Amino acid sequence: MDGNMSGNTLQERRQGAMQVLSHAPAADIALRMAELPLPPYQQLRAPENGLVMVRGRIGGDGAPFNLGEATVSRAAIRLHSGEVGFGYVLGRDGEKARLIALCDALIQSPDHASAIEVKVVAPLRAEMRAARDQAAAQAAATRVDFYTMVRGEG
Amino acid sequence: MYVAVKGGERAIENAHRLLAHERRGDRNVPELSLAQISEQLGLAVDRVMSEGSLYDRELAALAIKQARGDLIEAIFLVRAFRATLPRFGATEPVDTGAMRVQRRVSSTFKDIPGGQVLGPTFDYTHRLLDPQLAMASDPDAPALAEASHAPTPRVTDILGQDGLIEPSPQTVEGAPVGDLTRDPLGFPAGRDLRLQNLARGDEGFLLALGYSTQRGYGRNHPFAGEIRFGEVEVEFFAEEIGFAVPLGSIELTECQMVNQFKGSATEPPCFTRGYGLAFGQSERKTMSMALVDRALRARELGEDLVAPAQDEEFVLSHSDNVQATGFVEHLKLPHYVDFQSELGLLRKLRREFAEANAEPALKEAAE
Repeated sequence: MDGNMSGNTLQERRQGAMQVLSHAPAADIALRMAELPLPPYQQLRAPENGLVMVRGRIGGDGAPFNLGEATVSRAAIRLHSGEVGFGYVLGRDGEKARLIALCDALIQSPDHASAIEVKVVAPLRAEMRAARDQAAAQAAATRVDFYTMVRGEG
Repeated sequence: MYVAVKGGERAIENAHRLLAHERRGDRNVPELSLAQISEQLGLAVDRVMSEGSLYDRELAALAIKQARGDLIEAIFLVRAFRATLPRFGATEPVDTGAMRVQRRVSSTFKDIPGGQVLGPTFDYTHRLLDPQLAMASDPDAPALAEASHAPTPRVTDILGQDGLIEPSPQTVEGAPVGDLTRDPLGFPAGRDLRLQNLARGDEGFLLALGYSTQRGYGRNHPFAGEIRFGEVEVEFFAEEIGFAVPLGSIELTECQMVNQFKGSATEPPCFTRGYGLAFGQSERKTMSMALVDRALRARELGEDLVAPAQDEEFVLSHSDNVQATGFVEHLKLPHYVDFQSELGLLRKLRREFAEANAEPALKEAAE
């Protein structure tokens, strides 16, 4: 999954948005949300910090094992129109979890889905990709180009 | 008999006050921020996250500051903190094959799909102290090159296609994933529990054990098939949502050791493997872990159990530096009553010794 819009089911759109939002600083999400008219909503689950056990696989591709834990914050909200949104994100930033939950609910609302995608998720996705491209380009510059020295007439 | 000893409270309080003062150091020197520790002492943060067994850069940086740079003390603080939070569940297993690779080297193949990417490494530096770093530094921006979007398959996947290396053990249907934070470790331990133990184990301990296997104590002829470092996505299946939720990404280092062969009358010989995985950029740790993981498979692979690194109970019982430091350092806490009883016993033994030696002398004098 690369956080793109290739998935057309609602679930894929929600996952794609969550992936982008999880990588964005909370302040950036809040800034973009502030430009949108938001419908009334209520908090279902106040932001709460906890842990997840991160799993790896034996040999990278075998049976799972428990590598170690990571901090996670989560929240849930409900729009008055009924859509329930969830936010789960690495770290201990409850406000970020709440913002993700709000976006998740809005994506499920036909009245708001497109504005959230265009005004919030798409620009943050572009920023995420730019940061990744930058890191990839820096790594690529350290790639070894082997050449073979030929001695004599071979 | 219990002897009540009181009077330490004020001394303890003042000792902690003095500790805070020493931690701060010269107040004319600017105080360290957590961001400075996280950004500029990143590998210390990685180690504290790995061995503290908690991925949270900010908490690890705080622990390092609080511990005055004593990393084992910082790991202890992180372990204690994790016990205060509820656990929501376990993530989907991360896919290291899909890692956004920042560094990836193989000592077994020169030409690997995706290439050899050195990334940010101390390798090939001259290990000469750089006096310029003593002043404010403003290094050049990193060089850029066009990134290939070709996949970077694991070297072990490539060897596996031809059956030249043993496959990784697959999930046994219905078998739970062992968790030593929930159940006490028993022996023999499954590979899942061994890897969990090693992943949080002390880097120095694992380094020494891995080194011992190279020097002949449980030799298993390793090659660093691949070491990779970069970001992987983490997903968590949340029941209330009904699908795997992306949580963000974490940095991991993975090491695949490729070791000498096993085979049997019915199976052709193939390379065996040892595995290392840790939070952050933890290369020495994952290499050591992979050596020790392979050594601990001695029984499974029918090798002679002759060396400390092959002794599962010895390795797994002594790898945890929080447990180890707790038991070693408790020796400095008051043992006055225990010691009084030992002192009493010793005096009695010496009295008996003196009496026994005095008797022959008296006898001789009488004769």
